[in-house]
Parts: sequence; structure tokens; C-alpha cells
Amino acid sequence: MRHTVVGRAHTAGTSAASGLGAPLGGSLESPQTALSGKPITVRSTSVRVLRALTRTLTYLVLLGGSVMFAIPFVYMVRWSFMTTGQVYDPDLFWPFPMAWENYTYVWANHPVPWWLLNSSVVTFIGVVAGTFSSCVVAYGFARLDFPGNRVLFIVLLSTMMLPLHVTIIPIVIIFRELNWLDTLWPLIVPGLGGGAFSIFVLRQFFMTIPIELDEAARTDGASRIGILFRVILPLSKPAIATVAALSFIANWNEFFLPLIVLNSPERITLPVGLRYFAAGQYTEQLHTFQMAVAMIAVMPIIVVFFFAQRQFVRGITLTGIKG
Amino acid sequence: MRTTRWQRWSGLLFIAPWLITFLWFTLGPFIASIFLSFTNYRFIGLPEWVGADNYVRLFTDDAKFIRSIINTLYYTAVHVPGIMVMAFFVAILLNQKVKGQPIYRTAFYLPSVTAGVATAYLWILLLQPNGLVNQFLGLVGIDGPNWLTSSTWAMPALILMSFWGLGTTMIIYLAALQGIPQHLYEAASVDGAGVIRKMWHVTVPMMTPAIFLTAVLQIIGSWQVFTQALIVTNGGPRDSTLFILLHLYRTGFEYFQMGYASAIAWVLFVIILVFTVLQFGIARRWVYYEGASER
Repeated sequence: MRHTVVGRAHTAGTSAASGLGAPLGGSLESPQTALSGKPITVRSTSVRVLRALTRTLTYLVLLGGSVMFAIPFVYMVRWSFMTTGQVYDPDLFWPFPMAWENYTYVWANHPVPWWLLNSSVVTFIGVVAGTFSSCVVAYGFARLDFPGNRVLFIVLLSTMMLPLHVTIIPIVIIFRELNWLDTLWPLIVPGLGGGAFSIFVLRQFFMTIPIELDEAARTDGASRIGILFRVILPLSKPAIATVAALSFIANWNEFFLPLIVLNSPERITLPVGLRYFAAGQYTEQLHTFQMAVAMIAVMPIIVVFFFAQRQFVRGITLTGIKG
Repeated sequence: MRTTRWQRWSGLLFIAPWLITFLWFTLGPFIASIFLSFTNYRFIGLPEWVGADNYVRLFTDDAKFIRSIINTLYYTAVHVPGIMVMAFFVAILLNQKVKGQPIYRTAFYLPSVTAGVATAYLWILLLQPNGLVNQFLGLVGIDGPNWLTSSTWAMPALILMSFWGLGTTMIIYLAALQGIPQHLYEAASVDGAGVIRKMWHVTVPMMTPAIFLTAVLQIIGSWQVFTQALIVTNGGPRDSTLFILLHLYRTGFEYFQMGYASAIAWVLFVIILVFTVLQFGIARRWVYYEGASER
């Protein structure tokens, strides 16, 4: 009897002190307690001190780290509201009054509205059409038994490893032959058929939906398209939201392709437009304007992120990283 | 269940959107780029067949190309282990029952979502001699270098900046940590395992699929560094941050040597392929897949 008590106390001690890997304490003790039928009260002072210390350190590191990760954004906002003279004033942290005119100036004197419009058009079509196509294609891969299903799915997976950069030169030649250079088509059309990653994620999700539901719908006379729209898609809202959120970020941030195919000042997208302010990197006026445009480029992402945070985080588990 | 011939083949209609864009914008260009890499093509006129000349030139007569490979290896060697260790550490801390966990998680994750041209310009300002980074170093008594004008410090600056984007890796680890069954820790405790041993014998083995996944993603990503190198340092100073993709971009779209640029693209592809295959080969020795033996 005595032996077991010592054993339990030891267990409780280690779990309390653990703090690494397992959620702190708690859950590890309860089953033990239930077994012994008596709550464990043996806990040495050193364990309690160690536990408090671990918790304090955890909070300190998390808090310090969060501040470090957030500060660059604070600087971005701060600079975007500064006037020329304020940028290198070491005593000034926050400008009062805030120079909203940086925003109105770049908006009025540079093609910023065009850039915003172009980025919005490309992103909107990319997200809506791309996600829709991905759903249809993923359904084909998940549920339909056509010749070559497995082989084509492996092909799809391997394209995820093939970066756009490897094929960029022939792609640009194709765009030239189509007379698409300096238009938004090259940023829109290739994504219309759905993205490999989106299709993969959705297909994995569709596979988890019981096939019996399909069969029940079929008995009720639903066609394959009917099953997709009335059974599969309504059950897959979280996965679709995740795919759409990730697709938004990818489209909005895309830089390599628009940098190469777009030229005219009013035809470029926001990321490419930002380069316009790089010419005189070391003059303060440009810094403040540049940060104002950078804010315009980053704000939509932050807004979407805060509304769809759960979708982003869930996206990771949806991809089935457990193998 | 009966399916007619038509029904079987018509399934292809569902994947047609992807199949068409795949053939048009992936497979076609993929094959064309093999051909182009054996030619001299300047975006006007016709490609001129030059055999393996482009590849010979790459490895014998292009110091910038060799430099870009070395630079990328340097970046990979520091960035990949660095970001994985830090993301792992943050994920472990976030996985505790801490108050305000969503706030910390957002703070660490957000920079990886906003990464792009805008934040690259932001970092140019942060990395100025009297900028935020050096002010911070000053607090602990370090006299920070002039990051972006020094050929020694420009690459470390880009690596430092890359750590700001540890969020994606961290979220993957966090998801994996939350997937570790609690009973394993309980069993380890019963066996008298302490913090360190639980970490080493439970957490790490259960995390190997996630660690493997992020290693593959980060190594592939390292060979595709472009935006930071173009915006923040423009490859300099003295080619110290010239990445292979920047070299490809300049060759193809500034000097319009498109045959030669295709050869660079193909070497890049083979490198990525080799690294990925190698990793999958090594993975069998150390990645633990739960239930793998049952399959």
C-alpha cells in the first residue's frame, strides 16, 4: 500500500512539472486519482515552485515573442502616418496629428486605385472560380470511377512539387502568343480549373463523407451533379472555407507572375505597384508613402485573417499531415 | 451497381477543368522547357538548337550561377533548422493551457500570412543601420552591422527576416501536438518518465510526420526564395544574396536569354526533385506513422 502511494505521488509530481508536450498537469492526475479512490494531496514544495516557474517562463516567452512578432506591423502603421520630418525623429514614437494625407496623396497621385482594383478582380475570380472548380474536380477524384482516376490523381499530387518557376518561360511565351501580356488574363485563366492543393484538400475531405449518403440520394433519384450539390458540398462547408481562405492569400500575394507579365502602370497589381515607390529608397517622403501603400496591400489580408482565422488553422489538420 | 460505358467515361468531365489547365499551363510548358533548354532563344525569332551548350556553360562558365547555388545552400542550412527549432519551441509553449492562447497564436502566425512585397519593404526600413533591429540589438549591448550594405550580413539579414514567417510551420506543429493521444503521456508517467524523457520518447516520435512535412516544405521553399532577394537586397551586395530564382529571372526576363534561363529552370527542378526524393528515402528510417504496420 505504501509503495503505491509513493508511486502515485511521484507520478503527480512529474506531470505537474512537465509543462513540455503535455498540457500542464491536470488531466494526468485524474485517472490515477479515480483508481486509488482517494485524492492525492502529497505534493512537495519544490514541485510547486518548479511549476510556478515553468508557467511564468512560458508566459514571459510567449508575451515577449508575440510583442517582437507584432512590432514590425506597429512600425508599418506608424510610418504610414508620419510626415517627412518625423521619420528620423528619435524622440517621436507616434505622430500627432496623424498624417492621413499620405494615403490621400498616394491614392490621388499614383495609380493605387487601379492596383487595388486589379488585385481585387484577380483575387475575386481566383477564389470564387478556382474554389468552385476545385470542388467539382475533387468530387470527380473522390467519388467517380473513370478510367485513369488513380494515375491522374498521382499526376495532380506531383504537380504540387513542380513550382511555376520551372515552366515560367514557355508559359510566358504562351501568353505572348495569346496576346495576353500586360493584361490580367495570365493571372486569371490558369487558376480557373482549380488548384492542385485545393483539389487535394477537398478530395481528402470528401472521402471522409460516408458513401451511404450518396447512395441514399441516388435512390431518391439524384444525379451525380445533384449529389455533389445537395449532399457533398453542404457537408463540406468548413473545408471549402479553408480552401477559399488559403486561395485568397495566394492570389492576393502573388508576385512572380504579375511582375513578369504586367507592365503598364494602370495594369499592374498591388504587390508589383509597390515597387514604384522603391526608386528612391532612402528619401523619407517615399518611405511614408510606401508604407501607406504597403498598408493598403496588407490590410485586406489582416481583415480576412481575423474573420477566417479558424479556417486557416483548420486547413492544417484538413491536409491530413498525420500521413 | 451498373454503370454504362458513357457513365464511366463521363466522370472525366468532372475533372476536365483541372485537366485542361494542367495540359495547357503545366504539362505543355514542362515539355517545352526541356526543348528550350537545349536552344538559344531570345524571345524574338526562332529557337536555335545548341545541344548541351547551355548546361556546359552553367557549370563551367557562369560564376553567378555557382554563387547562387552556394547562397541557397547557405540559406537552407541556417533557415531550415532554425525555423523548425523555433517553430517547435513556440508550438510546445502554445500547447500549454495558457490564457490568451488565441492572441499569441495570431501574433506568431499573422506574419507568415502577410509575407510578400509589402512586408519586404517594411524590413528594408527595420534593417537600416539605426533601424529597429539594431536598436533591439543595442538593448543587449550588441552593435548591429549595416545589414543590407554588407556582403557578410545581407544573407543573415534575409534569414533573420525569414524567421518572422515561422507561423506556418508552427501551426503544423501545433496541430500535430494536439493530435498526440493523452494516454501515451499517462503511460510514460506510470513508467516514471520525466519531462525530458517524455519529450524525447513520446512527443518527438509522434511529431516526426509533421517534422518531416515541414522539412520538405521548407527545403523546397528555400530553393524558391525570390521576393525578399529581389526587393530587400536585389541580390547584392556583390551577389551575396543572389538566389537561383533571381538569377533565372534576370537571365530570362532582363537579358532575354530564354534558352539559357530554361536550362537554369531545369537544374532548379532537378535539385528540388533530388532533395524531395532523398528526404522521402531517409524518412522511412525515422518517421513514425501511427498504424503504418497495419496498412
